[in-house]
Amino acid sequence: MSGLIFEKSKTGRRCSSLPDCGVDFYAVPDEFKRKTSMNLPEIAEVDLVRHYTNLSRRAYGVDNGFYPLGSCTMKYNPKINEDTAALKGFTNIHPLQDIKTIKGCLEAMDILSGYLCEITGMDAITLQPAAGAHGEFTGLSMIKAYLLDKGETQRSKLIVPDSAHGTNPASAAMADFDVINIPSTAEGMVDLAELEKAVGDDTAALMLTNPNTVGMFDKNIGKIAEIVHKAGGLLYYDGANMNAIMGITRPGDMGFDVMHINLHKTFSTPHGGGGPGSGPVACKAKLQPFLPKPVVKLDDGKYTFAEPEKSIGMVRSFYGNFLVCVRALAYIMSIGAEGIREASENAVLNANYMMEMLKGTYDVPFEGPCMHEFVLSLESLKKQTGITASDIAKGLVDKGIHPPTMYFPLIVHEALMLEPTETESRETLDSAITAFKEVYTIAFENPQALHDAPLSTPVGRPDETTAVRNPVLRFDFS
Amino acid sequence: MSYVPNTPAEREEMLLAMGKVCVEDLLVSIPQAVRLGRKLDIPAAKSEIQVMDELETMAEKNKVFKTCFRGAGAYRHFIPSVVRHLANRAEFVTAYTPYQAEMSQGVLQAIFEYQTMICEITGMDVSNAGVYDGAQAAAEAISMFKERKRLKAVVSGAVKPMTLEVIKTYCAAAGSELVIIPVKNGKTDIDALSAALDDTTACVYMEQPNFFGLVEDAEKIAGMTHSAGAKLIMGCYPTSLAVLKTPAEHGADAAVGEAQPLGLPLSFGGPYLGFMALMKADTRRLPGRIVGQTADKAGRTAYVLTLQAREQHIRREKACSSICSNEALCALTATIYCAAMGKEGLREVAEQCLAKAHYAAEQITSVKGFNFTHDGFFFNEFVTDCPVEPEALMAKLAENNMLGGLPFKEKDKNRILWCVTELNTKAEIYNLVNILKEAVK
Amino acid sequence: MEIPSDLFFAKTHEWVKFTDEGTALVGLSDHAQDALGDVAFINLCDEGDSLSAGEILGDIESIKAVSDVYCPVGGTVIAVNEELLDNPERVNSDPYGSWLIELEDVEKNNELLDAGAYEKFLAEAD
Repeated sequence: MSGLIFEKSKTGRRCSSLPDCGVDFYAVPDEFKRKTSMNLPEIAEVDLVRHYTNLSRRAYGVDNGFYPLGSCTMKYNPKINEDTAALKGFTNIHPLQDIKTIKGCLEAMDILSGYLCEITGMDAITLQPAAGAHGEFTGLSMIKAYLLDKGETQRSKLIVPDSAHGTNPASAAMADFDVINIPSTAEGMVDLAELEKAVGDDTAALMLTNPNTVGMFDKNIGKIAEIVHKAGGLLYYDGANMNAIMGITRPGDMGFDVMHINLHKTFSTPHGGGGPGSGPVACKAKLQPFLPKPVVKLDDGKYTFAEPEKSIGMVRSFYGNFLVCVRALAYIMSIGAEGIREASENAVLNANYMMEMLKGTYDVPFEGPCMHEFVLSLESLKKQTGITASDIAKGLVDKGIHPPTMYFPLIVHEALMLEPTETESRETLDSAITAFKEVYTIAFENPQALHDAPLSTPVGRPDETTAVRNPVLRFDFS
Repeated sequence: MSYVPNTPAEREEMLLAMGKVCVEDLLVSIPQAVRLGRKLDIPAAKSEIQVMDELETMAEKNKVFKTCFRGAGAYRHFIPSVVRHLANRAEFVTAYTPYQAEMSQGVLQAIFEYQTMICEITGMDVSNAGVYDGAQAAAEAISMFKERKRLKAVVSGAVKPMTLEVIKTYCAAAGSELVIIPVKNGKTDIDALSAALDDTTACVYMEQPNFFGLVEDAEKIAGMTHSAGAKLIMGCYPTSLAVLKTPAEHGADAAVGEAQPLGLPLSFGGPYLGFMALMKADTRRLPGRIVGQTADKAGRTAYVLTLQAREQHIRREKACSSICSNEALCALTATIYCAAMGKEGLREVAEQCLAKAHYAAEQITSVKGFNFTHDGFFFNEFVTDCPVEPEALMAKLAENNMLGGLPFKEKDKNRILWCVTELNTKAEIYNLVNILKEAVK
Repeated sequence: MEIPSDLFFAKTHEWVKFTDEGTALVGLSDHAQDALGDVAFINLCDEGDSLSAGEILGDIESIKAVSDVYCPVGGTVIAVNEELLDNPERVNSDPYGSWLIELEDVEKNNELLDAGAYEKFLAEAD
């Protein structure tokens, strides 16, 4: 255990240096001066490097191994993307430079925007939101503004299936909508009867993802769109599951009015330990006037910034996570039209392959081919052995595999959701399948081993109860 | 080149193993009515050579200025080489959110260190793992302090314009009341603020320094805010806090701001990093992820995402924020930067910013017509009048590879918001002033 | 754990005790605390709030979940157990001894189950 950086600090040690100031020292007037100490580390560069290098060895990324996290799309992060995003002509540009000096940035944003609109079947787009949930908030704010603009002030309800990702209802609440949860069918689909009951002239929108959060494509999407539109509501698409459908179908063609895209999922930009991501919001023409400002416009061969006439304003400063957008652009350019479709087809292939091979061992609650991800239920296993989804996950850690998503979606009990993505080889999948089967056997033969797992990691299961009841959220210097 | 390892032959074998013939067999649930039915109208795949060539060409269409005197929310500071090398380690870059604590101790510990450093810099008790940027941090903080009977947010008009825009968007979405206090002589109009505060006020948001670079009478604002029973949110420039009175020393209830100055390049505006720090009693109000220190069964120190019952994946529509993905790698970068600069280094950066900005201000205001627009103590940004056509002046500076201060209009008058950091040299300031002198001739 | 015979229950697993002073104390059953797991934090309504039967009086956070708590009877809140708020783990260790809120002007609720009926209800649910 290497200890915290603060514990390695030694008075007087230095890592960085600045040239001599060259001008006279300026004293802060006493009433504005900081009086309390600021304990940042004092450390030499070699020790700094060893500290963070060793921390990195206790991290696990896609570059380390298989990462079948359902709904996260942990596909390989191509290195060419990193190199393009590191170009000084992108990293060293101040966002408030004169427009004549940022033509390249605007061109990059414009080209990416065009590609994303084509892939999603939408008419207009903003690259401003910094993450998927941020995109949700943006899209929902646009829906709200659109409806208010039409005088439809009574449309306060936002319908969300009970299988939805938590960010959906949370974003809806941030936009001051009343969230109406509708139950899914036993097959995990939208219950059309329940939807009919829920819609009315107070419906603002339905938030949906397709394929849904159990990895199945809801073939009733046409009917769903009809029901909602007929009631005067709009359709919001959560783009988290886009990796299943690129080049095959498009949210715009399915009937969705507005959506967000997760560049850090579908478009291969790295997850960075939790971010930065990027959540562009694409919409049909009728919502275009409400997009956040500014948008990039091509006017007479020249790039310029424009403000949509009824813009909802800004959801973050400047233009979005630009360097993340550059990575996504490099990716789309690299794989091209065919590669985009190939990515989705193989994401579906790999998921179905794993599901088929695990079917004999694990409970797969839903019939039929899955899309890019599938769900296992460990409810029966729990009843027989007391082993939960979490225990299986920890057992997999000991097999060197990052566990799949646990306990999501909520409509499946003791769920494990697997999304292999297209960037895995057959032997990686076969190896993972073997590991999953081995852990299942251990559940019956030696359940205690799984309750104790993981044993191969630097620490075992942390005491989360104490962490919540007596939170220690920073190092104490006293 | 789609990064799919399996060859067509291998894919066929996999299909066969499933009793299927082709991928279309797996796509049966997608109705024909919604099928695209054509190729995507996107260029064909390109090799790395072509991709790099195209993007390099694009990048070359941007001008990288050798000298920068512009801030206004994005600051050019020295970033030690070691920062990029460590933050770019693939295990950090390609990792997911550390929900599986046992195999993510490196990421979790780094976040814990980040949280500690934000607390040290701001003086506050507890920090989250970061949010999207400084503007969104301000909007979230305002939302965080709303209570049943206190729903009004009072915001100084002297804050960064984009932050104000974001606050407006968030308040409009939530349907909550927002009062903007006018600016007087470059600072928050104290009398107007006093008139706006009442028992329906949830919070006051101000920036220190403010958009015009001025250090406000935060002591007074804090007193007034607390007397009205409201909370004070201070938006701050983290570098400045190495030498300036901290939000905690002012008695602020929340410290938020943009952490881009802590090791993140200008990046044409993103990705950046919003920080949020509070006093202990308000811990549970914080949105976003938080890392806590605990132990495993064997008593080994372990780090884990904690207080998760605040977040969207558990609270859903009852969560105070929908934030899920944040700016984790940027937070890691900021952590390494703060460790690399260290206690003395960051103080030195702040002192050089202060010294050079005041020297530059003295020199610039000695040129006829470039007077100080406002009175008052400033950190590293200040506003002067602009007696010449700003666009022409900026173009002249650009010819000399200089990005001048930000031109803006105050009513009908031309102003420039200048910014000086430790990266500016005496020689650069000398050259700048010569160009200004030429311009006013 | 034995279900105290003097308590009444809602199907949502809250108990209510009618005191000699004519007030009602509300808490969570042993079944509820077991289902919640380790309780970490309790959020309760305020003194003076007026609640009806079935209305949400607060929520309980465990490590990985949040559950709403429903008021079994209508009334006005005259006290909130501040001590329990500082020691939420007592809900786990002593569910029937840990009251959350106290109500006065209590309304009758015929849908409440007595101890025996609640025991049967639990058995059938399994």
